[in-house]
This record gives sequence, C-alpha cells and structure tokens, in this order.
Amino acid sequence: MKFISEAADKRIPCYRVLSDDGYPIAGSRFEQVDKETAVKMYKSMVTLQIMDNIFYEAQRQGRISFYLTSTGEEAINIATAAALTSDDVILPQYREPGILLWRGFTLQEFANQCFGNSADYGKGKQMPIHYGSNKHNFFTISSPIATQLPQAAGVAYSLKMDKKEACVVAFTGDGGTSEGDFHAGLNFAAVMDAPVLFICRNNGWAISTPISEQFRSDGVVVKGQAYGIRSIRVDGNDALAVYNTIRAAREMVIHEQKPVLVEALSYRVGHHSTSDDSTKYRPVDEIEHWKTARNPLARFRKWVHKNGWWTDDEESELRGSIRKQLLNAIQVAEKMEKPVLAEMFSDVYDDLPSNLHEQEKSLRETIKRHRQDYPTDVPV
Amino acid sequence: MLGVIRQRVACRGIPTRNFERGIRVVASRSLSSTAKEMTVREALNSALDEEMSADPKVFLMGEEVGEYQGAYKISKGLLEKYGPDRVLDTPITEAGFTGIGVGAAYYGLKPVIEFMTFNFSMQAIDHIINSAAKSNYMSAGQISVPIVFRGPNGAAAGVGAQHSQCYAAWYGSCPGLKVLAPYSSEDARGLLKAAIRDPDPVVFLENELLYGESFPVSAETLDSSFCLPIGKAKVERAGKDVTITAFSKMVGYTLQAADILAKEGISAEVINLRSIRPLDRATINASVRKTNRLVTVEEGFPQHGVGAEICASVLEDSFEYLDAPVERIAGADVPMPYAANLERIAVPQVEDIVRAAKRSCYRSSSLAATA
Repeated sequence: MKFISEAADKRIPCYRVLSDDGYPIAGSRFEQVDKETAVKMYKSMVTLQIMDNIFYEAQRQGRISFYLTSTGEEAINIATAAALTSDDVILPQYREPGILLWRGFTLQEFANQCFGNSADYGKGKQMPIHYGSNKHNFFTISSPIATQLPQAAGVAYSLKMDKKEACVVAFTGDGGTSEGDFHAGLNFAAVMDAPVLFICRNNGWAISTPISEQFRSDGVVVKGQAYGIRSIRVDGNDALAVYNTIRAAREMVIHEQKPVLVEALSYRVGHHSTSDDSTKYRPVDEIEHWKTARNPLARFRKWVHKNGWWTDDEESELRGSIRKQLLNAIQVAEKMEKPVLAEMFSDVYDDLPSNLHEQEKSLRETIKRHRQDYPTDVPV
Repeated sequence: MLGVIRQRVACRGIPTRNFERGIRVVASRSLSSTAKEMTVREALNSALDEEMSADPKVFLMGEEVGEYQGAYKISKGLLEKYGPDRVLDTPITEAGFTGIGVGAAYYGLKPVIEFMTFNFSMQAIDHIINSAAKSNYMSAGQISVPIVFRGPNGAAAGVGAQHSQCYAAWYGSCPGLKVLAPYSSEDARGLLKAAIRDPDPVVFLENELLYGESFPVSAETLDSSFCLPIGKAKVERAGKDVTITAFSKMVGYTLQAADILAKEGISAEVINLRSIRPLDRATINASVRKTNRLVTVEEGFPQHGVGAEICASVLEDSFEYLDAPVERIAGADVPMPYAANLERIAVPQVEDIVRAAKRSCYRSSSLAATA
C-alpha cells in the first residue's frame, strides 16, 4: 500500500531562456526570434506599460470609473500574442489587453471602450477594460471568473468543425483555478479532445489572497496531469521563454487536437484594480523588487539591446510618442459623444421586443415634452 | 392523392422543408383533421429530430441524452440517427456542459442543453444569466447566443424539495432570456421548434408529469415547418365571468376547474400563458377587461411569482376594469415535502382553483380568503 505524497520531492521546474541580465541561459533550448518580431514585441510591451499607467491615472483623476493594469505581466501578454496567429480565438480573463494591442486594436479604440462613448464597440454597455472585438478574434471580457474555461471547450468544439489551422486560447489567473469552472473546463476539454490552449497567469495574488492561501498544490502546472492534460511551467517574465513555450504548445494543440495547460509564473506589480490598494496586504518592498529587479521589460530590453536592435534614443522617442498618443486618445474619447438613447434598449434580444419599444417611445415623448430638463450633453 | 397541407406559421420565416417522417396525414378543408394523438414526449422528440435534420448546427448535450435515450426518453433514437457528434453525453458537470454550450453558441453553433431537471440548472445558473442572457447586450450585438436550455421544471411526484422547484419566476425576471412553458403536445412542438430557431437564448420549461400525456394534434402541428410565435398566450377556453391564467401542468387543472365552474353557472376564460417572458400582457389584459375578474395559477412559490407579475400588470393597465381583488393560487411557501399527503396540499389542486374563482365572483361562503 503506497500513498502518493501530497508534495513531490522537487517542485516542477520552470522553463527559462533569458537570465535576469538578459543573457541566454546556457543549455536552454529556444528558437531564435528575428529582429522585426523582437522589436515589435519590445515596443508593444512598452506601449502596454505606458497605456496602463496613463489610463490608471485617468481613473484617479475621475475621468473614467474603473481600470485594471497588467503591470508586471507585459511579457505574458505580448509574447503570447506574438506566438499565436490572428485566427486563434481568444477567451480572456481580463488582464490580457496586450493580445488585442498586438493584433492591432488602437489606443483610441481602448480609450473609447473605457470612456463608453459612441465609438465603443460595446456601445457603452460594459464597464471599462471589458474589451471585445470580433474582428480581432477576441471575445468580450466577462467579469465572473473562469466562466470562459468551459466556454472555451465549446468554442473549440465549434472551431473543430471549421477545420482551420487554429486553436482556442483561454486565460485565467491563479485565483481562477479555484473556481468550479476550472475543473469543469479542463475536464471536459480533455474528455472532448478540444483544441484549447489553457494559459494560467500565476501572478501570485488574487486581490489580497496570496497563492499560499489559494491552493496547496505545487502551483497550477501539476493540476493538468489530474485531467490527463499535458502541461508546462514557464517563467512568465521571460518574453523569449513565453514565446517559445506558446509556439510549441500551440503546435501540439492544433496537430494533436487536444488541450494543453501552460502555467506562466509572474508577479502582479499593480494593485488588483483601481478599487484596490495592495499596500494594505503586502509589503511595499516586495512590490518594488518585482517592479525593478524582476521587471520583464528591462530583461527583454537588455537582450534586444545586446543584439544591436534597440537604442536608448529609440527608447525615449518611443516613450514620448506613445505618451502623447495616449493623452490625445483620452482627450478625443472624453470629448466624443456618448451612445444614443436607442442603445439602451437595443441588443437585449436580436429584435427589439414590444415592451422595450413602448418604453423607448414613452421616453422620447417625455423628452420632447420636457426638452429644457433634458441634459444637453446626452445625445437622444 | 393524399397531400400535406403546408402552412407558414408566423415565426422566424424559415422556409418550409419537405420532410416526411413516416407520418402522412389526411387533410381536407372541409373536415377537421384532429384524428392523430401525440404524447408530449413524442412531440418534443419529433421537434428535436426535425430541427436537427433541418440544421446541422443544432446539437443536443446533457446527462444521459445519448446512450440512455434521455433520462425521460425525450431524446430517444437521436443518438442512433445523428451520431455522437450531434448528441453528446456529458460528465456530471452542469457548469461544465452549460459553459460549453454557451461557448459553442458564441461561436456559431445552436446547442440544445438538457438539464435533468431545472433544479440542477442552479449549478450552472451563472452561465445562463451572466453569460448567455447578457452577452448580446454587453457586447452590443457582437456576441449572439442562439442556445436553448430545456428540461423538466416544477413538481413531479414524490421527489422532494430539491427536485420540485419551479424556476419560471427566476428566469422570467431576467432580460435577455426568453422563457417558455408548453402545456399540450401542440405547444411542445411549436414552442420547441421556435426556441431552437430563435437567435436569442431560450429557457424551455417542460413538465415531467406531462411527458406521458396525450393530446390531439392537427395536420398543421405535425408539419415540419410548424412553429408557434414566442410571446403569445393561447385562450384555451373562452368565457365571460372570470379570467384564469395558468401555464404548464396547471393549464390542465384549470381546464378541469372550468368544467366544474360551468356546472355552477360560472363561465371561466382559461388562458394558457405559453410564454413567461415575454409575457403576453395584451391577451391577459384584454381578457380581464372582458371578464373583470382574475385568478392566477402557478405551481411555484408565491412570493415574487409569475402571478405577482400578472397581478401588477393588470393593476397597471386595467385597474378600472377589475370588479374584485385578484386571486393568486400558488404552491405553498415551504420547500416541497415528500410524504404524499403533504405533497398534495403543498401544490395547487383543482378544488383550490374552483374556490378561488368563486371567491373572485363573490360566490364563496366566506369573504375572507385564507392566507
């Protein structure tokens, strides 16, 4: 009679390519990334970082109601996006706007969604950061945690019938693995041979819950085997490692038509959201350490720099330009009209039901009768 | 030669298809063609079969729907006919298969998700409400969810509290969902076909005890293009003294009550709601304006029930027409007890409906209705 121990002798090792100094680690196998891709990756990481800072500030200034950053997880965001193709269908959690950014979602489009103006694809019907874009194969972000995991298996079921060289990519955080839907999603994907790439961003914190209180297992990677799913742990702050891992995982998912689980280790440098102050539950020097010494941008920059592909001048020029574009995008988004009244009633159903039609009519009549009381800055 | 009368019923305009399922019906303009009878189970099975045949995107998923032929045999024969890619047996994970269904609907398929009973749908209710119902709105039309959630709802017989709750009021309150409650075989066929064709998420509340009941069906009902409009109630029996609304199994009880009332000189108008959301307020109010009295009947819990909503609607739209307070008949405000005698008094019976109608007509011995 032999019990399997609750903890293995050694933790599952973590795949890394670059050391903290940006040097390729001896013996680490990886595929080279060409200059064009590497520079695009680095520039996108910088853009994401600055976008987060500026939108966060905008919320603090009261210009948008809510924001949530991906600070510290830029490598996971961008390197993953770079390793996928635009045909791969993304079911995000909410800390993956970098995927959209990589795929061409503009700073103006991000701003429009946060301000809920008439140009927002969601027509002001979802709160900020809940981006969604059919043309970018990025499903509208939904707040309840981990619901996208079984839904991903369903999307994959449908995608299989299209017979495309593509897969479904579903994200969750470390906290999301505690939800019942994590179990249901992974179990089903395995049983159904669904081509889903599950990516868990283990950033150490679920609001104020550290991973030591979230699960007793050796992180998330070991959970894969329980479902019969091939898994790997990667250093999420190493852009090259993430790129290589996702490339390889994607190949397996598509050619073997089965799910794969990737655990990307990282650290949530920012607060959970603008509704949180993480200094209340974790030490400030811990945050500083990950913000500086373990910064994914700095690490990747060193490597790109060493290859002669990036200079300090280009760095300051880029940062200045992005900042200007963002401030402009915010100004434009803020000034833009809000969605028209009809949007309040549309899309509840495919067709406008009679009760809403009546209510809208009644509302418009009231507005006509009391024109002087209706705010001038809200379009009818 | 024998022919099939083809008729386009007002629904989503799907072109008629020439499918004979081994049923040839004699139809003639001069004779009433109600020679055929069909159980609700057969009605649901044939509706699923026809819709799966007509549209390859439609597929069925749930516990025991395949090999076992369906927990209540509703999906009998479908696995054999359409194969395991269209009829999927699932592990015991409501949250799992409901989530998968929603995801598949997001990406263009038309899933029919079966809950063994809607009591178990509570384990998946986040997917139904927060994902299926709200996605079209939150995405401003980018994500549509053409999914049907179906299964037995409400009380059965001797199955206790966790298998007997009615969810009509819960789902009926949620914008973004359509909620249907068929009674007869015609209802079952027409409404299920309409639900599967509808681009919005539909909650389809069946009733276990009705599955075996037989109803006459017309040639029109049997045609594969048959479809009933969502959001329209049916006046099952015209009357002039009191309006009684009901849905699902309670329609049968109400019709029995109407027979008893007729013998006592009270002409009851029985409305089969068919659709909980959208609720056919127009038909209900038109009826109350004619009869001036209203009794609502449902099996579910009384607080925040379907009857409460109907009562509010009538007060808002037809207050001056009421000659008596509205009477609400609902299940007892207790978790369903198991013992047969207790169960009987926890659920409305025909006598309760008769008494309520009489009270509404000021024909009862005591004016004080029991609480």
